[in-house]
Amino acid sequence: MKYDIVLCGVGGQGGISVSVVIAKAAMAEGLRVKQSEVHGMSQRGGEVLANLRLSDTEPASPMIPRGAASLILSFEPLEALRYLPWLAADTGVVISAVTPIKNMPAYPDTDRVLAELKAMPRAVLLDADALAKEAGNVRAANIVLVGAASKLLPLKPDSLRQAIRDQFARKGEAVVEANLKAFEHGRNATI
Amino acid sequence: MAFETLMGDEAIALGAVHAGLGGAFAYPGTPSTEIMETLQDLAERQAAGKLAGVASAFAAQWCANEKTAYESALGASFAGKRAMVSMKHVGLNVAADPFVNSALVKVNGGLVVVVADDPGMHSSQDEQDSRWLADFARVPCLEPADQQEAYDMTLEAFELSERFELPVMIRITTRLAHSRSVVETRAAKAQGRIHKPESGMDWVLMPAVARRRWHELLGKMAEIKKLSNASPRNPLKEGGKKLGVITAGLARQYYLENLDDLSAARGQAPEHLHVGFYPIPEDRIRELYAACDQILVIEDGYPLIERLLRGIVAPGKRIMGKESGEIPYEGELNPDTVRAALGLPERKGLSVKELVPPGRPPQLCQGCPHADSYGALKEALKDYPLHAVTSDIGCYTLGALPPYNAIETTVDMGASIGMARGAATVGLEPVVAVIGDSTFYHSGLTNLIDAVSHQTNMTVVILDNSTTGMTGAQPTILPSSRLEGVLRGAGVDPAHIRVLRAHRNEHAGNVAVFKDELAYQGPSVIVMVRECLEALKKARKA
Repeated sequence: MKYDIVLCGVGGQGGISVSVVIAKAAMAEGLRVKQSEVHGMSQRGGEVLANLRLSDTEPASPMIPRGAASLILSFEPLEALRYLPWLAADTGVVISAVTPIKNMPAYPDTDRVLAELKAMPRAVLLDADALAKEAGNVRAANIVLVGAASKLLPLKPDSLRQAIRDQFARKGEAVVEANLKAFEHGRNATI
Repeated sequence: MAFETLMGDEAIALGAVHAGLGGAFAYPGTPSTEIMETLQDLAERQAAGKLAGVASAFAAQWCANEKTAYESALGASFAGKRAMVSMKHVGLNVAADPFVNSALVKVNGGLVVVVADDPGMHSSQDEQDSRWLADFARVPCLEPADQQEAYDMTLEAFELSERFELPVMIRITTRLAHSRSVVETRAAKAQGRIHKPESGMDWVLMPAVARRRWHELLGKMAEIKKLSNASPRNPLKEGGKKLGVITAGLARQYYLENLDDLSAARGQAPEHLHVGFYPIPEDRIRELYAACDQILVIEDGYPLIERLLRGIVAPGKRIMGKESGEIPYEGELNPDTVRAALGLPERKGLSVKELVPPGRPPQLCQGCPHADSYGALKEALKDYPLHAVTSDIGCYTLGALPPYNAIETTVDMGASIGMARGAATVGLEPVVAVIGDSTFYHSGLTNLIDAVSHQTNMTVVILDNSTTGMTGAQPTILPSSRLEGVLRGAGVDPAHIRVLRAHRNEHAGNVAVFKDELAYQGPSVIVMVRECLEALKKARKA
């Protein structure tokens, strides 16, 4: 079993903590995991990318080869488009938040960006911000996306719930609950 | 034995502590920063009695620059303790003087130099390859291919260093530094005791001693080359002889990623030599070369093995790599470039239908004090059609981009002040150097002393945000409150040391001060003070 995930977004959106949550859940289920992150200059509002590889044997490369990813999990729609060449052409799925982050002058028209995504054979678009707000924590949009992905990941939802508990335990029960709720909202949003 | 999920940087830090580290020293620089951050975290846990098996306290300190960090590590080794210094590749240029010369002393406590290269320049101004400097200095180098090796090789590096009484380099790259996998760790070793070197002269590199030590170093290299040929870090795996593959460090992982497809395409896996220990295993390379019809060298960085290889084999067979063009010379390797070099068909994913996503350049944070400083500077400079603004390495380098377009140069740490001084000295006027507080202490201060000495007509703007922002907000080596005293002590006329609050609410007043100092004929310094927003955020989280 091999399951490669491209996580992408804009510096500061919490992509790295999502990678950690999924990786912990995978390890709890006995899978081998390799994660790769971007630090440094691009974290200042630039494009950020994390690669997460789940496998029952040790993944060799920390970077996912082109055409190999099972899933793109994107926190921003334009960033989802950027990494399409890494998605498996015949089976790969894109899950993306729809809210654009327009921190550059050349940002294309939002409708065109979303139309491109919708034209993909397997795309799930969701308003992660609104769902996070409904769940009671506007900062949990990243966990909404984990919830949406949970329908596809080769992991038990309970493993992910436990990893979310562990990840946010330091911040108190209210934050844990809000994130678990965000997870369920994301999960229910993708039928 | 325990299992932990670690980044390459974290694995090296933990490996050093488990090797019985006495002291570690560093200056922040992507992708090496997390080594010291992890060491400091481990030191805190040790102090609280929460680091199992580590009985003695160890030092883990940020330093003013890589040279001072290196020299501190050298002193700790002289005192008999195991010492580590870590830096990014360009930091080794700053520390080149102690690095090269430390190969001539009789290293006492193990001395390990970790250098994190940045092929692809994710967060750097060049992609130089530190293995070349290890080769140049005659220092053995270990290059891990994954996190487990990063941990294990750190332990080995200390052993090697003490055995050969030499510094040992560990070379990693961004992708290893910042990727994670599970590492099996071992029980920590106890720290050694303080013990000075036995002979009195092996650390006194006056010419007569240095000649002897150089002779001895060359002798040691012969022995280390033998070790390299026999090292399990340089395994030669038999296979198909039509192609012989040499991989180095992380490149092995990209090769392995493609190995199933390659074996299927060729009927069997090629003969494969992996190099994780330098100097290169010359005998094994000759063996591979003799056995195979052609050779492909896959290495991240500059083509070191590829070039050295040409010098140790008789010409005739095809050698493929960066010099010959099968592997891109520029940028970092990845599984796809290695795949192409192996002659396998490209794998294609999906593609956008019409829209090509434009790049998203990094930028200053909303409300960043640097933006307000640039606002004041730009307005004050409007009076001068001809002017120059040199700058330096840090978040404020982003001031070169729109909407600021405020700076004209970024070369190396501290160069802003030196270059402004040179331009002013030959007659360009007015000249402004923009530098951050951390970079100023790193390498700006000596340039400022030149400016004071020659009364150069220039204005230095120090962006004082009390932090090394770009690398994740490490504290500056001296607190903000000490900066003015340092400037006075260096001899800058106190009337021309202007300390301002970098905030748009102070814009008009700040512009007036900038105008005064631009008009002043002599060295002046404007300190723009306001705390980094990232540092504030980080402090709130803690």
